[in-house]
Amino acid sequence: MKNKENVLSQHYEINGGDFSNAGNISTQIKETLKELGIRSSLIRRAAIAAYEAEMNVVMYAHQGQFQFSLTPSTIHFTVKDLGIGIEDIELAMQEGYSTATEELREMGFGAGMGLPNIKRNSDQFQISSTPGKGTFLDIFFYLNQREK
Amino acid sequence: MKLREIQKKLNLNVLTAQDHMETEVHSAYTSDLLSDVMAHAQGGTLWITLQTHQNVIAVAKLKELAGVILVNNREPEEETRNKAEEENVPLLTTSENAFHISGKLYRLLGIEK
Repeated sequence: MKNKENVLSQHYEINGGDFSNAGNISTQIKETLKELGIRSSLIRRAAIAAYEAEMNVVMYAHQGQFQFSLTPSTIHFTVKDLGIGIEDIELAMQEGYSTATEELREMGFGAGMGLPNIKRNSDQFQISSTPGKGTFLDIFFYLNQREK
Repeated sequence: MKLREIQKKLNLNVLTAQDHMETEVHSAYTSDLLSDVMAHAQGGTLWITLQTHQNVIAVAKLKELAGVILVNNREPEEETRNKAEEENVPLLTTSENAFHISGKLYRLLGIEK
């Protein structure tokens, strides 16, 4: 963990298909935010978004990078993966739409809630994707803002 | 009501985290979709599900749930049991289905609107 000019930043690697470690990054981020005394309602939202972003890489990509940084005013996640990407982002943002396999659905994934959960719980969210290449998520939470 | 008391009254089998049964349980959430639980379950809740794989424990840990009840006599996978023990998440089982155990818990916790 690096501390530079009041900025805390942490980099994580995610391997696609690694279900045994899935959720670890979100849990670590949550622990860090707790230790730093960030208010619990914000931690709850950030943890949901982190989990969904992490799971998307595990389920749909070969490999991914999760960057977490904290400044005095924001919590910022960027998640970049190498994977199948998303053909139609507008469709993928619709609750209930999912391209998960039958096997994943039987495990209780693929509810079509991942991206909508990230959007709903974050203060700012951007997504871009190149089909066949990968997906990039940019997620922000503002520390000094009234609860949405 | 404490998890230990619920476990005794509903005759649940405790598989893991025997020393984490004193948590106060306020409510329960019944769902087999992980994202749904992520989005809607609150801390201190008991999660009723038929999912037996290890990602259940990741969600329970992240949401700080009181424990997980596996229904219909379902046995957790070995990794699930190990992870639950490691993360101190009580994993309980029942022979009842989700509807019946949810109903009993609803009555036991005195949740009436």
